[in-house]
Amino acid sequence: MNEFFSQTYEIKGKDFQNAGKVSTGIKTLLKQLGIKPEIIRKVAIACYEAEMNIVMYAKTGTMKLDIDTKKIKITVLDQGPGIQDIDLAMKEGYSTATPEMREMGFGAGMGLPNIKKNSDEFKIESSIGEGTKLEITIFIN
Amino acid sequence: MKLAEIIKILNLNVITGENDLDKEVNGGYASDLLSDVIANAQNGQLWITMQTHVNIVAVAVLKELLAIIIVNGRNPADDTIQKAKEQGVVILSSNLSAFKLCGKLYELGIGKDV
Repeated sequence: MNEFFSQTYEIKGKDFQNAGKVSTGIKTLLKQLGIKPEIIRKVAIACYEAEMNIVMYAKTGTMKLDIDTKKIKITVLDQGPGIQDIDLAMKEGYSTATPEMREMGFGAGMGLPNIKKNSDEFKIESSIGEGTKLEITIFIN
Repeated sequence: MKLAEIIKILNLNVITGENDLDKEVNGGYASDLLSDVIANAQNGQLWITMQTHVNIVAVAVLKELLAIIIVNGRNPADDTIQKAKEQGVVILSSNLSAFKLCGKLYELGIGKDV
């Protein structure tokens, strides 16, 4: 059996009211599918950070969830400013968050590093002025 | 120790989830940075913070935290209360600072075995 579940979620930029909704929905779904709690924890962290990056920085974006018997793949695509220096953005503590975002407790510079830490495979591509693509794979077994 | 006992001893205000307090507390985590909480808090823990905006609710749901305790006598925003009710998240508040509240929780034995 290959893919047995695939769904794409839309995420709006600057919509702090609904921020976290997609990640929370994905978590509920994985629970219903009977995925192990330690796998769900990793997916939830990665999805939340990716979702917040879209909310904070992009105009709009999508998160695509693909699940098969071996792995959970999350593909995140945004229409945003792009990342100037990916190596720098991957460093813990580095953030381009505004003072307003920092006041809300964002901008710890932990987003992308947290995603990578919780992924078994992680790919990032970005074009300035166009957007960023993340491919996150978490193995189920 | 049960959450209801802690609320009584430390005189915490219950803002949401008043019917959901008969739960065993499994330590705590204090931070105002949401990514830090997402990365490092454990389920069943108390989250001590001074953040009051709506996004704290999603963090508590995702991490399955037992309750959010807002410190320094701050009150959560109306939309935070609304969302917490919808999502079944317990929000408490204390007039103490984060440092003092953590100290008192620790004195009660919360988090000592974790």
